[in-house]
Amino acid sequence: MTPQPLSAFLSVQNVSKYFDNFCALDDVSLDVSLGQKLVICGPSGSGKSTLIRCVKQLERHQSGKIYIDGTEVGAGDAGQAAIRENVGMVFQQFNLFPHLTIMENLTLGPVRARGMPAAAAAELAMHYLERVRIPEQSHKYPSQLSGGQQQRVAIARALCMKPKLMLFDEPTSALDPEMIAEVLDVIGELADAGMTMICVTHEMGFARQVADMMLFMDHGKIVEMAPPRRFFSQPESPRCKLFLSQILRH
Amino acid sequence: MQILQQKLCRLWRRYSPMMVGLFFLLPLGGCSQNWGWYVVNPATPAGQRNLKFLIDGLYYTIALSLTAITISIIVGLMIALPGLSSRRVPRGINRVYVEMVRAIPILVLILWVYYGLPQVAGISISVFWAGVLALAVSDSAFQAEIFRAGIQSINRGQYEAAASISLNYRDTMRFVILPQAIKRILPALGNQLVYMLKMSSLVSVIGMQELTRRANELVVTEYRPLEIYTVLVLEYLVVILIVSAGVRWLERRLNAAD
Repeated sequence: MTPQPLSAFLSVQNVSKYFDNFCALDDVSLDVSLGQKLVICGPSGSGKSTLIRCVKQLERHQSGKIYIDGTEVGAGDAGQAAIRENVGMVFQQFNLFPHLTIMENLTLGPVRARGMPAAAAAELAMHYLERVRIPEQSHKYPSQLSGGQQQRVAIARALCMKPKLMLFDEPTSALDPEMIAEVLDVIGELADAGMTMICVTHEMGFARQVADMMLFMDHGKIVEMAPPRRFFSQPESPRCKLFLSQILRH
Repeated sequence: MQILQQKLCRLWRRYSPMMVGLFFLLPLGGCSQNWGWYVVNPATPAGQRNLKFLIDGLYYTIALSLTAITISIIVGLMIALPGLSSRRVPRGINRVYVEMVRAIPILVLILWVYYGLPQVAGISISVFWAGVLALAVSDSAFQAEIFRAGIQSINRGQYEAAASISLNYRDTMRFVILPQAIKRILPALGNQLVYMLKMSSLVSVIGMQELTRRANELVVTEYRPLEIYTVLVLEYLVVILIVSAGVRWLERRLNAAD
């Protein structure tokens, strides 16, 4: 067993990831402690999604180590269990199960992966549906809901697994503009309630509000990492300055 | 209830001209000198007996096809899954099975299983099970390819979503991937069932008393191939039209669900 290097809940240490010859993550290191809200931004292809996908082990990193709660992920069953126990994820494309009702989408994980009785799982699901403010849609199928509602269901589905760390991979990028707010509100409430989260997003207003740490990536590297106030007012690197000036111009 | 009624009406409207047209052929043919419908005329005792003899073969044709397709779907799925593996060995097993089985003509496989297998394996095998085995094995290669295509057509995000709620491989397949894949491949599965019903006629060569065998036997005693084989054609036609309608109904029902 590797000695525990840090007290951080999530510790990413010198992680690199290649797709064939393309370097998606280049020696990235990062710590997130419980209760922290990290927002990652950067141009497309900069590796921000890859980073959180590696944390969830949807992608395998080739070098470096990722620890969750002191357990190295990717190293056998213990790592897998640590991810299963602790990490929830919300995708850009929602990825709800189209053939199942909202209720079935939410209870599938608790019942099959956690062995929860169906009635308890349904109760849990209703609790989280109320929290994302769509309890009345539980009997419907995903295709009957709007994009914003679908994404809120996806958030509720992740919450039903009671994760300690939530990963959001551009949760509003596939949404119509008028639906972005309802999803961000839900994520903001989660943040206020103390959920640890890493959120990849281009919504800078939201980032400023929610984040206690901003992270800018480019070409697979972390270029800048700072609390939001300093990040937005006086970014250090020219690359980050340029990015912010472009994204905040409108 | 009303919906069912509407559906039946729609089906009838779609198929009735064809059916009615075909049944008009019978009396028409009876008028001409070349036709001898007496051989299957239900109004005479002999014709009735012959007709019953022919139609009773339906039981074996259907039993044979349904048993074989059930087995071939299960085997096909079990062959398809290793074909989706990222590792080379399971994929290789899948390829070898599919390529080899696909290369054997069904008729040859039927003959080999019935006459060859008992000698090789030292077992005795009934005509029915020899037929089922040959049809199922032959069809399973195609089923495997259908399942593989269906499963591959499911978006990668569905696997990731399943992983994000901690489902293991078995549950991911059972609750997330296969229900969606099966819905997509249902038309292809329907095709295979139709194909199977038709190919079951080949089992007549080893003496299975199904539709085709009975028609052959009756032709030998009655010397009326034209009429008897026409009845045979109609028998297959009716069965397969019913099956097709059933598959289409199932498709609509599943599609209505989401």
